[in-house]
Amino acid sequence: MPQQLNITAATAEPALLDLPWHLPLEDWPNENIAALPKGLSRHTVRFAHLNDHVIAIKETLFDLAKREYELLRKLEKLDVPCVEPFAIINNRTDADGNELPAVLITRHLKFSLPYRAMWSQGLRDQTAKRLVDALALLLVRLHLIGFFWGDVSLSNTLFRRDAGKFAAYLVDAETGQLYDSRLSNGQRENDLEIARVNIAGELMDLLASGKASDIDPNEISQRIVDKYHELWKELTAVEVFDASERWRISRRVQRLNDLGFDIEELSMVSDEAGHTVKIQPKVVDAGHHARRLLLLTGLDVEENQARRLLNDIDQFKLSHARPGADEEVLAHQWLSEVFEPVVGAVPSKYTGRLEPAELFHEVLEHRWYMSEKHGGDVELIDAVRSYVSDILANRRDEEALISSLTSESIALAEPVPTGLIVVADDDEEGDWRDKV
Amino acid sequence: MASVTFKGATRLYPGGTTPAVDKLDLEVADGEFLVLVGPSGCGKSTSLRMLAGLEEVNEGGIYIGDREVTDVPPKDRDIAMVFQNYALYPHMTVAENMGFALKIAGVSKEERAERVLDAAKLLDLEPYLNRKPKALSGGQRQRVAMGRAIVRKPQVFLMDEPLSNLDAKLRVSTRTQIASLQRRLGVTTVYVTHDQVEAMTMGDRVAVLKDGLLQQVDSPRNLYDTPQNVFVAGFIGSPSMNLVQLPIVDGGVQFGDAVLPISREILAKASGSKITVGIRPEKLSVAEHGLVVDVDVVEELGSDGYLYGRAQLDGTEQNVVVRVDAINHPKAGDKIHLISEPNAVHLFDVESGARLN
Repeated sequence: MPQQLNITAATAEPALLDLPWHLPLEDWPNENIAALPKGLSRHTVRFAHLNDHVIAIKETLFDLAKREYELLRKLEKLDVPCVEPFAIINNRTDADGNELPAVLITRHLKFSLPYRAMWSQGLRDQTAKRLVDALALLLVRLHLIGFFWGDVSLSNTLFRRDAGKFAAYLVDAETGQLYDSRLSNGQRENDLEIARVNIAGELMDLLASGKASDIDPNEISQRIVDKYHELWKELTAVEVFDASERWRISRRVQRLNDLGFDIEELSMVSDEAGHTVKIQPKVVDAGHHARRLLLLTGLDVEENQARRLLNDIDQFKLSHARPGADEEVLAHQWLSEVFEPVVGAVPSKYTGRLEPAELFHEVLEHRWYMSEKHGGDVELIDAVRSYVSDILANRRDEEALISSLTSESIALAEPVPTGLIVVADDDEEGDWRDKV
Repeated sequence: MASVTFKGATRLYPGGTTPAVDKLDLEVADGEFLVLVGPSGCGKSTSLRMLAGLEEVNEGGIYIGDREVTDVPPKDRDIAMVFQNYALYPHMTVAENMGFALKIAGVSKEERAERVLDAAKLLDLEPYLNRKPKALSGGQRQRVAMGRAIVRKPQVFLMDEPLSNLDAKLRVSTRTQIASLQRRLGVTTVYVTHDQVEAMTMGDRVAVLKDGLLQQVDSPRNLYDTPQNVFVAGFIGSPSMNLVQLPIVDGGVQFGDAVLPISREILAKASGSKITVGIRPEKLSVAEHGLVVDVDVVEELGSDGYLYGRAQLDGTEQNVVVRVDAINHPKAGDKIHLISEPNAVHLFDVESGARLN
């Protein structure tokens, strides 16, 4: 271990010192490396074991690493879904004293999946659309706080399951910029254009790899533009109406709640004569359902999962209503009588397969299908047993998904001497024009 | 291809009191490689983003050719930001990697193939069109990324510190490649950097900015030979020009125990009793008389060397740099006299900083 190794970390983790920093990341021994799938990157990125968790390590220039580390910390404080920055390390040298690149370390996001991992499960068009929808929502949230991404892509995003949909997390902030003021329309449109082209490219690459079929890269990449505009309009547009139609205020609030947002600040202006009212949300905050569920039950879950659980709590309330029992009390009763028994019924060998909230959602879905089939209600406990043995047992672990995809990424800025050509065995045969 | 014109273009951020870019008037000729350079916060990136449509223009306008684009969305400006993203797709061939954006844009297959081939020839990538990116060297991958922008045939290329995420070695080779490629393509290019060496080696012309104001736009040669103010004089050149304030005396300015001759006409233009005198390190030499300098260190660079020392002026210490012979040069600790080559001095007004000669 060279003396001058310089570590800046958010939390002190002595085990960090035991990793082989004197070796280029490409040469790390297998015992350190966690084989997790990842997106395409221009840098060398690898996952490593650190105590009981997994970290993502990216080799880059020190200035870039420092900038990205600080930016991720700011984003984290602003409560935007992004990976957690963990440390930067510079002054690395190998055994011969040659300089090695600095690294940026982030914590691996548990239960997260890169988009490329979805296709090995045989998911198709619908999955791609849901991923893009999640990315559109993330982009809107980033733009609302004044963050210009500069490299929006599926590769730079991680996805967590969210009650049949996905929740997107920003992974790579290298090209990003956080502004004090609102982003201009040009900046937002530029991010969207970058997203559209990148997504199309990523999907074309998936098609070329043979991992996906039945997807239309053009249609799906255009979808992010449409979804984004739809959401942006809902969240920021000015609405003018007659003073007698004041119900439209609560309707707007309700619409935003349904989309998962709370209004923190609403501008409301009436004209001088008092005939019309103009409203515009000024500050909106994502996580409407997640916050409500957290308050009621202490469960910290994704937005759609929260929506699902809140619906189940509502049904529970209907059947258990009694005089004097308020919402909190019933929610806690639901937690101990419904949620916890379901999660607790899963054998410990399967607990790494899905997050508890996602598992609960899937059990509810499963019960619904079972009830359809049986033509009558199915007890929750029976649904759990059937789900565990028929479905969960056949799933792979997603807490830290192991896969063979790691070898796919290519490092672009690697200093390969110009002129050296390594001929790959899988080059295309025939005329390149056929594929361009 | 087209020219680019900024007409009094101003960007004032909300809540700000001084504009980030203040009434920028700048014309970039068709096919020209123009570099915007300046220290951090000078407005160079903001100017580029205004041209790209990423920043609102609060006053004035921006034109590409004869077309005003001030309020045109970025994607409709027919510009390409190069290097913003250069991740290559591993399962697609080099040709596909270069041409996929055209596919999305609905360009016909024949035209796609033609444009990709043209770009590949320019970039010396023709033999690799059927290869996958992993079979390429780092430099070739860079060129594939450039090819992606080239096949779109934009009117203008924009590059914002494109080399900042490369290591030093690749930075120098890519710098040369970009400059020579731009000349072969002849596409109008606006390039932003904070590095004056990069600016001077790449640009047909270089625009120097400071505090949102254009200081000077000129060829690298002219910027070096006749900087229009003290800021440009100090910013352009490495090591920097020596800049000292010297008292006006009869027939010139006092330079240690010698007088640097300056014409009466120029002296009359000075607003105070002193003049800021600038002398490049290579224009100073050791002499019998002149400015007294204590030598701190001499850096030997092989072909020549740089002497770093201190002079006392008006009771304050002033750093001085001189280019010296690689072998026969004074040693650290020596006390020497320096004199400037005649006609090699740059004279600036002490108050306004404007060039006097």
